[in-house]
Amino acid sequence: MSGVLAPSDEAAMAAVIATAHSNAEPLLIQGNASKQAMLRPVQAARTVSARGISGISLYSSSELILTAGAGTPIAEISAAVAEKGQHIISETPDFAALLGTDAAPTLGGAVAANMSGPRRVAWGAMRDHVLGVRAVNGIGETIHSGGRVLKNVTGLDICKLLAGSHGTLAVLTEVTLKVLPAPERRATLVFKDLPPDVAVAALAAALGSPYAVSAAAHLPAALAARVPALAWLGGAVTLARIEDFAGSVAYRADRLRGEMAAFGAAEMLDDAASQAAWAAVRDALPLAPEQGAVWRVSVRPSAGPAVARAVEQGFGGAWFFDWGGGLVWVTGPATEEAHAVVCEAARAAGGTWMLLRAPEALRAAVAVIPPEVPVLAAITRRVKAAFDPKGILNPGRMFAGL
Amino acid sequence: MIAQPPPKQNVLARRDEIIAGLRALLPESGVIAEPLLLKPYETDGLPSYRQVPLAVVLPETTGQVAAVMAYCHRHGVRVVPRGAGTSLSGGALPMADAVVVGLMRMNRILDIDYADRRAVVQAGVTNIGITQAVQGRGFFYAPDPSSQLACMIGGNVNMNSGGAHCLRYGVTANNLLGLKVVTVEGEILDIGGAHMDAAGYDWLGLLTGSEGQLVVVTEVTVRILRGPEGARAMLAAFKSNEIAGECVDSIIASGIIPVALEFMDRPAIHACEAFAHAGYPLDAEAMLIIEVEGSVREQDELLEKISAICGKFDPISLKISQSAAESAAIWKGRKGAFGAVGRISPDYLCMDGVIPTSQLPAVLRRIGEMSLSYNLSVANIFHAGDGNLHPLIMFDANDPASLHKAEEFGADILKLCVEVGGCLTGEHGVGVEKRDLMGVQFNEIELEQMRRVKSAFDPGWLLNANKVFPLKSNA
Repeated sequence: MSGVLAPSDEAAMAAVIATAHSNAEPLLIQGNASKQAMLRPVQAARTVSARGISGISLYSSSELILTAGAGTPIAEISAAVAEKGQHIISETPDFAALLGTDAAPTLGGAVAANMSGPRRVAWGAMRDHVLGVRAVNGIGETIHSGGRVLKNVTGLDICKLLAGSHGTLAVLTEVTLKVLPAPERRATLVFKDLPPDVAVAALAAALGSPYAVSAAAHLPAALAARVPALAWLGGAVTLARIEDFAGSVAYRADRLRGEMAAFGAAEMLDDAASQAAWAAVRDALPLAPEQGAVWRVSVRPSAGPAVARAVEQGFGGAWFFDWGGGLVWVTGPATEEAHAVVCEAARAAGGTWMLLRAPEALRAAVAVIPPEVPVLAAITRRVKAAFDPKGILNPGRMFAGL
Repeated sequence: MIAQPPPKQNVLARRDEIIAGLRALLPESGVIAEPLLLKPYETDGLPSYRQVPLAVVLPETTGQVAAVMAYCHRHGVRVVPRGAGTSLSGGALPMADAVVVGLMRMNRILDIDYADRRAVVQAGVTNIGITQAVQGRGFFYAPDPSSQLACMIGGNVNMNSGGAHCLRYGVTANNLLGLKVVTVEGEILDIGGAHMDAAGYDWLGLLTGSEGQLVVVTEVTVRILRGPEGARAMLAAFKSNEIAGECVDSIIASGIIPVALEFMDRPAIHACEAFAHAGYPLDAEAMLIIEVEGSVREQDELLEKISAICGKFDPISLKISQSAAESAAIWKGRKGAFGAVGRISPDYLCMDGVIPTSQLPAVLRRIGEMSLSYNLSVANIFHAGDGNLHPLIMFDANDPASLHKAEEFGADILKLCVEVGGCLTGEHGVGVEKRDLMGVQFNEIELEQMRRVKSAFDPGWLLNANKVFPLKSNA
C-alpha cells in the first residue's frame, strides 16, 4: 500500500477522487483511522484521508452552530465549545482504548460512523445534530446538503444518509453541527446489585420520570470494578444521570431517589465522579482489557436482558447496558460461533448489531452488520451507485461486495 | 403560479379500466371515481393550486396499499400519497393522471409501550391523537406543528414536521424509531423498529422529509416522552425588532434553552390581539413568548433569570404567567395566528424560510421594504430559537394580479433567506410551491445527486411527480 493521500482542501480532495473515479481505482477512505479496526477490512490500492481538511471555520455560540473541516479532531471542537460553556450533544465516544489505537477521532469520522454516547437515549444521535455537510461523491463531484441553520427540510436529507455511511457514499469534507449549552452540574443516582431485568425496569422508571434523566446504564459487578468511579460501590451498578443547572440537579435527583425507593436506597455520584463514570460507559472502557471480539447490539430496552442471557449462555460473554438497556455492549471469543449467537440474540429481540472489534480474518468472514432483506439490499445497491457508480469509496466496508 | 406539465393522455384514456382495476383490489367504498366526490381532494393547505385527480383510493391496510402500488406500477400510473391534506406547500396536490392514495382510514393506534417509550401507529393517526392516547400516563409525542389537530403522522414523516417546541425536542426525524413503508413496486419494507440507530444506511433519516418521493409510509413507530412536571410562559415586549433579536441571542448565550422561544412583529401582535384578546402589548414593535419547563420552583428560577436578561434590553413590558390559565392565554394568540391573519385579510400565503438568528433584524427590515414596494401587508411570526421565519403575506385571491404579486413577494423572501445563509423551508417542505426555487439553494450537480437517489427508489418517477425537483430533467 502506498502512502496516505491527505488533500489539504476540498478542491484537492475532489481532484483525487475524480482521478480515482476515471481510473476505477478503489480507495480506503478515512480521517485519522481511529475506527479503522471496525467493520469489514477494505481492499484498496490507495488510502485517502480527510485529516488535512481541518479547522473550525465558523462557531456562533448564540446560534448554537459550529462548522469545521471533516479532519478536525473531536477534541479540538470539544475544547472550543467548552470555552463558551457548550458541548457536543451526542457525547460521541472515543474508542482509542477499545480498538487499541492512539489516533484521535475526527469530526468526519464521528459523523461517518454515527457513533453516539450515553446522552443518545435522551438527546438523539450524532446524526440528529448534523445540520449540514459538504462532501465529495464517488465521481469526484462536490455536493452540499443541509446548511448552517437549525431547521431545514429543503430537498432530500442527504446529511442523514451520509451520517453512518462509513465513507462508502461520499467523502465528508465539512460538517456543521448543532451544539448546546453544557450543563452546569451533573449527578448520578446509583442503585446497587439489581439483577439485569430489575435494572432495566429501574432505568425505564428513571427515563419515564419527569426529571429529564439524560443517561441510563447498568454494569455487572465485574465490569463496574474496572471503573474507578464505580469500583468502590463493590457490586453491580445501575446508573441514572441528571444534568442541568445546579439547583435543578439537586432537586430532581432528590425527587427521583424518592420515587425510585422501591429499587433500593440510591447512592449519589457528584459532578466529577459522574463525568468519570459516564466517560467510561461512553468509550466502553470496561471492555477494553478483554482480548476477544466486541459487539454493539441495539434493541428495544426491555429486550436488553434477553440478549445478555443469550450471550452468557451461548459463550460466557460479558456485557453491559447503556441507553436504558437498549444498547448492549458484548464481549466474547472472536469466533464465528460466538458471532452467530450475538446475531441470533439481536434478531430474536427485533434489533440490530455491529461487530465493532475483531481480528481482520473474522471481520472479513462474517457479516459485520445485519444483511438487508432482498428488496432493501437492491435499493442499497442503487443508492450506492447513485453516489459512487464505480464502487471506489471504501468498497466492502459495510457489506461484502458493495 | 408554478406550471404543471400536461397529464399523460395514454393514462387518461385508460381511466375506466384503471378504476375497474383498483376496485378489484379494495372494498367498494375504498375507490372514489365520481367527479363530485373527487372534488374535495383537488387541493390541500395551498388552495391556490387545484387539480381533480384521476381517482382516489382509501386503503385500510398496508396490504391494500401494496396492492394499489403494485397495480399502478404495473400500469404506469402515477401516485400521490395524502394524509389529512394540510400541506402548506402543495405536497398533496393531485395530478389529473394520478391516483391519490389517501391514508386517512389507516387511523389505528397499534401498540403503546411505555417501558420502551414508543408507540406504533398507522399513518392516518393525527399528530394530536398520539399525545391524546398517551397523556393519561403523563407522556406525549413531541413535534407539535400548528396543524396538529388535523395533520396526520404519515404526513408529518413525509414533511419532517416541526412545531413550536423543536428547539428543545427536535423535529419529526429526531422522534422516530421505525417505519413500515410500501415501495413504488408494491413491496412492503420495515425500516428501523423498536431500537435506536440503524447499522446500515440510515433509511429512516432519508425517508423522513422525503415528501412522498421515495415510498408510501403506512405505519410509524414514534418515541413518546414523559412530560415535564409543568411548563409556564412569559411575554416580553420590546421597542424594536433589533432589540428583541439581541435579547434572544443573550438568552441563548446565558446557557438557558427555553422549550419555546417565539417572536412576533408589530403586525402579528395586532392581528393576534384583535383575534384572541390575549393581552398582548399593542405599543410594542416586537414581542417574545418564552416558555420554560420543570417544577414550579424551577420555572420560577428560570423565568427570573430570563426576566433579568430581558430587563437589560429596555423592555416595554415583561409579564410572567402566574398560572396554567395565563400561559394558555399567552399561547392562544400565537396558536391562533393563522386564523387571526385570516380575519383581517381574505387570503394569505404562509412562508417558511429559515435564517441564521443573527440575521433577524436585517431580514425583517428587508421584508418591511419589500412589503412597501409590493404594496402587500405582511405579519411575521418566527420560531426565534431556531431561525424558522413564517411571514404571512396578505392578498386577495379573487384578484389574480394580487396572488401573483404575493407569490413573487414570497419568492423574494425565500431568496433572501438563502442569501443570508439560511434555507427555503424549515418545516413545510418544498412541494409544488418552492419547486422552482430549488436552484437558489442547490446547484445542478446537487440536484442531479438528489434525483439519482429518487431514481434509486422510484426509477419511473411515479411517486408524487412534478414536485420538489425542478422539472427540467424530471423524467
